[in-house]
Amino acid sequence: MISLFQDIVSSVLLIIGTFLLLLAGIGIVRLPDIFLRMSAASKASSLGAGCILLAVAVSAADIAITVRAVAGVLFLFLTAPVAAHMIGRAAYMIGVPRWKGTVIDELKGRYDTRRHTLRGVDGAAQRPQRGAGPLGDVRDAGR
Amino acid sequence: MVQMIALWVILPLLSIAVALPVFRLVRGPSLPDRVVALDVMGTVAIAIFAAYALINDQPAFLDAALVVGLIGFIGTIAFAYYAERRL
Repeated sequence: MISLFQDIVSSVLLIIGTFLLLLAGIGIVRLPDIFLRMSAASKASSLGAGCILLAVAVSAADIAITVRAVAGVLFLFLTAPVAAHMIGRAAYMIGVPRWKGTVIDELKGRYDTRRHTLRGVDGAAQRPQRGAGPLGDVRDAGR
Repeated sequence: MVQMIALWVILPLLSIAVALPVFRLVRGPSLPDRVVALDVMGTVAIAIFAAYALINDQPAFLDAALVVGLIGFIGTIAFAYYAERRL
């Protein structure tokens, strides 16, 4: 049997996690832009599922269940940012339209999406440097 | 108490949360919108598996939750590669 303390902590964690997951679902439907939707999807949903898994870990009577739930939380927190980064990068590369309220796009005109090379900022590109190609001096040579 | 809360409060709200991204999955204007909606549905599915494991006292559902999370992660990565290299 689980104690009253475990019961209360687990219930609170369950309610917080469900609230965050509902927020993630509403954000997916209501936000105007792929990048804003992605922020709701990655942060709110991973934190919500992490809270629910932690609730399972707290209320478990066996150590094996706790270890499994904590491993699930670690896995979720490791993979969700990577997935969000990959899909956001792909969305930027294929030119998904942005919300009209977005004011800053610092990568605009500076990234060659065909060759995956980064053009330098304006001041750095005009500085004479040996070996600088037509794209400028800041170059991602590994790609 | 926690099992009653999970059964009567958490599971209905989580079913709403897993039904909301279906709208974006059907309607989403671009491919990454749909992929993000699928990602959220996978994460809510992990939470539903965990709540079900808590209700029925069946820890085997936690392993299923881990497997679902792994498949969702690999699917998202694969879709991102596909969308980026297609140009």
